[in-house]
Amino acid sequence: MDVFYPIQLLANWLTYVVFGLRPSTLLGGAINFFIFDTIKIFILLLAIIFVVSVIRSYLPPEKIRFILSHKKNYVGNIVASVLGIVTPFCSCSAIPLFLGFVQAGVPLGVTFSFLVASPMINEVALVLLAGLFGWKIALMYVLSGMVIAIFSGIIIGHMKAESLVEPFVYQNMIKNNIDLPKMSRRERIEYAWDYTWDIFKKVWLYVLIGIGVGAWIHGYVPADFLAKYAGADKWYAVFLVVVLGIPLYSNAAGVIPLVSVLTEKGVAMGTTLAFMMSVTALSLPEFMILKKVMKTKLIVIFALIIGVGIILTGYLFNAVFNS
Amino acid sequence: MKKIEVLGLGCLTCKKLYELTKEIVAELDLGLEVEYVTDVQKIIEMGVMQTPVLAIDDKPVLTGFVPGKEKVEELIKKNMEI
Repeated sequence: MDVFYPIQLLANWLTYVVFGLRPSTLLGGAINFFIFDTIKIFILLLAIIFVVSVIRSYLPPEKIRFILSHKKNYVGNIVASVLGIVTPFCSCSAIPLFLGFVQAGVPLGVTFSFLVASPMINEVALVLLAGLFGWKIALMYVLSGMVIAIFSGIIIGHMKAESLVEPFVYQNMIKNNIDLPKMSRRERIEYAWDYTWDIFKKVWLYVLIGIGVGAWIHGYVPADFLAKYAGADKWYAVFLVVVLGIPLYSNAAGVIPLVSVLTEKGVAMGTTLAFMMSVTALSLPEFMILKKVMKTKLIVIFALIIGVGIILTGYLFNAVFNS
Repeated sequence: MKKIEVLGLGCLTCKKLYELTKEIVAELDLGLEVEYVTDVQKIIEMGVMQTPVLAIDDKPVLTGFVPGKEKVEELIKKNMEI
């Protein structure tokens, strides 16, 4: 039995009994879809953020830095992209993370792998993709995100790009390595819950709006409406959405519920995932912030490598899902 | 004299922690100013990599997120030894 079946019953009861809407009407369908998706995704979000927060209590960035500073290229890139999953990322943390990593001796390429993986793959993206598209798509997204992070880091590592980083970055400023307080199990649970609630408070509204717009489109826009603009046969669609995603900056929470409906209305799967990756990983505000620590040339190279990676992923998925 | 600082790079979360800390300090009547530091160098010196940071006497006691008010109050009390 579907574990979400009780939620469907609840949604049915609210829509058809409490609100008195009829299942056959467009409004009834849209409201039912909205209630069901909202409850399901909120439950999934809370549960998974909580689990990841417990893991995170064992792996704060300071510890990740220690692990990565002992890793060389290749292995380091892989480890960095895995650790990127459990680290939440806000563009205002980009500078302290970058400086902290490089100064502690983490290789530049490995640092970049982490910078790519951290915003693109995280538990919020995983939950929303799994809830709306299923686990297969969610895992494919995570895997391809990791591949992009690993390769872009390796390429930058090979370019000997150290000269493109502002010189002051290499002056070691770290005075004290904070020793992290030992936490009891109870403290970890408490910490994880506080953290979960903090993240949830930040994303719930976006999710609600996303699902709301989604429910409306679900009910009112014809199924193939977007196919003629962005179906799998339109070769330029992937390229276009990646460019479109650069100025759009949002976390995964804001963008996924919306893109789920785009897919439903005929946008190809690979194109949708490419759009999402572009919105989360290629962000103009983050690039502006990074200008403080590296030359524009390096930011452009960095953006180009990720951009090409995302476009290739988009075409690959389009090919896989249409064969 | 103890020193309470909130360190951040101007993001919303950092601002929130600053306001919250000011509020608590006023309520506890500690009679000191909460400093708001936006210098990235200071953050790195402390060995921290996530913002916002709540630091008491240059020792980070909270990093990366803003928990509820009671939690912040508890942390301040514990580290101010009151």
